[in-house]
Amino acid sequence: MSLLEIKNLHASVDGHEILKGIDLTINAGEVHSIMGPNGSGKSTLAQVLSRHPAYEVTQGQAIYNGKDLLEMKPEEAACEGIFLAFQYPVEIPGIGNAYFLRSALNAIRKYRGEDEMDAIDFLPMFREKLKLLEMDDKLMSRSVNEGFSGGEKKRNEILQMAVLEPKLAILDETDSGLDIDALKIVAKGVNALRNSERAMLVVTHYQRLLNYIVPDFVHVLVDGRIVRSGGKELALELEEKGYVFETEARQAMLA
Amino acid sequence: MITTTEQLQSYLESFSEFMKQSPGRDLAWLRKLRQDGFARFCEVGFPTTRDEDWRFTNVSAIAKSVFHLADNTAGAISHHEIEAQRIPDAACRLVFVNGRFSAELSSFDTLPSGVEVSGLAAKIESDPSSVERHLGRYLNTQRDAFSALNTAFAGDGGYVHVARGTVLEHPIHLLFVSTGNSSDSSLLMTHPRNLIVAEAESEVTVIEEYISLDESVSFCNAATELVAGDGATVSHYMLELENRNAFNVSTLRMQQGRSANVSSHSVLLGGALVRNNVHPVLAGEGGECLINGLFAGSGEQHLDNYMLVEHASPHCGSRQFYNGILNDRAHGVFHGRIIVHKDAQKTDAKQTNRNLLLSDNARIDTKPQLEIYADDVKCTHGATIGQIDEGALFYLRSRGIEEASARKLLLSAFAGECLDRMKPGAARSHVERLIDESLASFLQSPATASGEMTLCERELSWEEVG
Repeated sequence: MSLLEIKNLHASVDGHEILKGIDLTINAGEVHSIMGPNGSGKSTLAQVLSRHPAYEVTQGQAIYNGKDLLEMKPEEAACEGIFLAFQYPVEIPGIGNAYFLRSALNAIRKYRGEDEMDAIDFLPMFREKLKLLEMDDKLMSRSVNEGFSGGEKKRNEILQMAVLEPKLAILDETDSGLDIDALKIVAKGVNALRNSERAMLVVTHYQRLLNYIVPDFVHVLVDGRIVRSGGKELALELEEKGYVFETEARQAMLA
Repeated sequence: MITTTEQLQSYLESFSEFMKQSPGRDLAWLRKLRQDGFARFCEVGFPTTRDEDWRFTNVSAIAKSVFHLADNTAGAISHHEIEAQRIPDAACRLVFVNGRFSAELSSFDTLPSGVEVSGLAAKIESDPSSVERHLGRYLNTQRDAFSALNTAFAGDGGYVHVARGTVLEHPIHLLFVSTGNSSDSSLLMTHPRNLIVAEAESEVTVIEEYISLDESVSFCNAATELVAGDGATVSHYMLELENRNAFNVSTLRMQQGRSANVSSHSVLLGGALVRNNVHPVLAGEGGECLINGLFAGSGEQHLDNYMLVEHASPHCGSRQFYNGILNDRAHGVFHGRIIVHKDAQKTDAKQTNRNLLLSDNARIDTKPQLEIYADDVKCTHGATIGQIDEGALFYLRSRGIEEASARKLLLSAFAGECLDRMKPGAARSHVERLIDESLASFLQSPATASGEMTLCERELSWEEVG
């Protein structure tokens, strides 16, 4: 059984249709990359899969781990093992990072019928993950993402992913705004989490990230549809020829 | 409903009765103070919304009801009923039942020398000259009918005196309990009058807490005169937790000496119609004043905060921070008035009011008012009105936290801004618990608009430097 099976998925926001029939199957252990020009629906797909309430699914289905993903609330999807690394992580003044992350972890553990983790058990595990992402633990006593640099915010997303250990991690333009050093640290963090149980969906505009997080499959999303799928070499081809080529090919196909 | 004449007649009867049996009724100065207060009340009457200071708060529900003073039979309550309000580590607890001091329910455990705490009525009887030195010297009865009315009926309340250089680590807890369990079913009014005197270089924390034991309608009109001597550090807490039928008007008048540091923390969680007046006068050079508050209303609650910050001396700083959370059809008001007198050069005054509206029918009126007569001052003010940040809510939910818990976390974070300004200790822990319980009740009727969330933040801000 596949971990995620998306069939003919259509989604709109404020009445505008963004996704116009997506088909995608992801198996445990695989890393898929979604590439495409701005406005093609990459982020929308990521948001729909993490169940953002602003996006309305108008057609199609998404079966995750044998369950209807589209029936789930965001928190249920998270507890079932879906994690979204945000393109623009949100600042939340007044809620401490470490406290937030422990609350999230315990919400998920509770959902799964596991015991909640107290601060004493949480801290050593947390420190370990901080080290992986080369993050200063001073950041953790601050409010969630408040006053973080762009790079710190992105690393914080991967830190959360490392702590919450999802089954399906969706990375939404995690590379945008990162310099090469930060990109390497983020990629190292992501690669450390790759295993045969966990799948990843890496949404990106540029091929650069895929040098560090090497995908098994690459899909090209144009105007709400996947127009081409292939192996990691497809990313290199796109880098060379650009999305214009894909867009034109698609238009030619439709005509 | 009654006419103005009937209303005055009713207060006159209460006043005549009160003058016959009030504490210190034979003291000429006190008789005059009360009579002047009553005369002033009769002259001005209850304010209307035509009065600028009451534009957003209609007190006709108070004006049109007939209230009586509690008689002596009131107060048959047990320790058990007020157990939940016990503050661990409080230096002492004074309990007032329907405005009257109850020695049985009060406890004085560990008061160090230099600290005197008693009921005001007892102090008036035993040592009137100490009371005379301060009582009625600061509260402005000319401006406000409620202060005048309180002065007319000034009889009992908390009396706190801290001698020069004395530091009291633990808070003094003044608990005002209203209960309808009196001999008849008429509506009760109380006029608690508190006098807090912190002599030079002393340090003290006083908590005024107002609660109800049942759902009866009551009118509590409290006034507190707080005198902070030179270099004194005083923290004052006003906690309004009465039932949803209660009218509560309170006035805190703070007089600050040279380099005195006073913090006022108001937490309004209960009551039907609440008016919270905070009026510090920075009378000595180099004084610092923090005016911090949280008001959280739901249902039909009306919570009005009227700040009047008077800078009367140079080099003083004042900081006002009020956060409001309003749900259902609740109505909040923040009126922040700052007066910088002619000689108060180098004044640094700041005012911030932030509000969260949780429903379409909740309302906030926020109004700054700056009057600056000096020419070298810094005054800033700003207000924001917003809703729960839906982006933050989704972020929390996407990490596995259920919607109700996520909302609670965001509300607690917003309220936490006020808690962070309180010194860690027994008082803050107590307030933290009360806020936590109150916010939990906000989520019993969660906004169900999760399908169609709109993010809207309106920000209004004014800057004025001159």
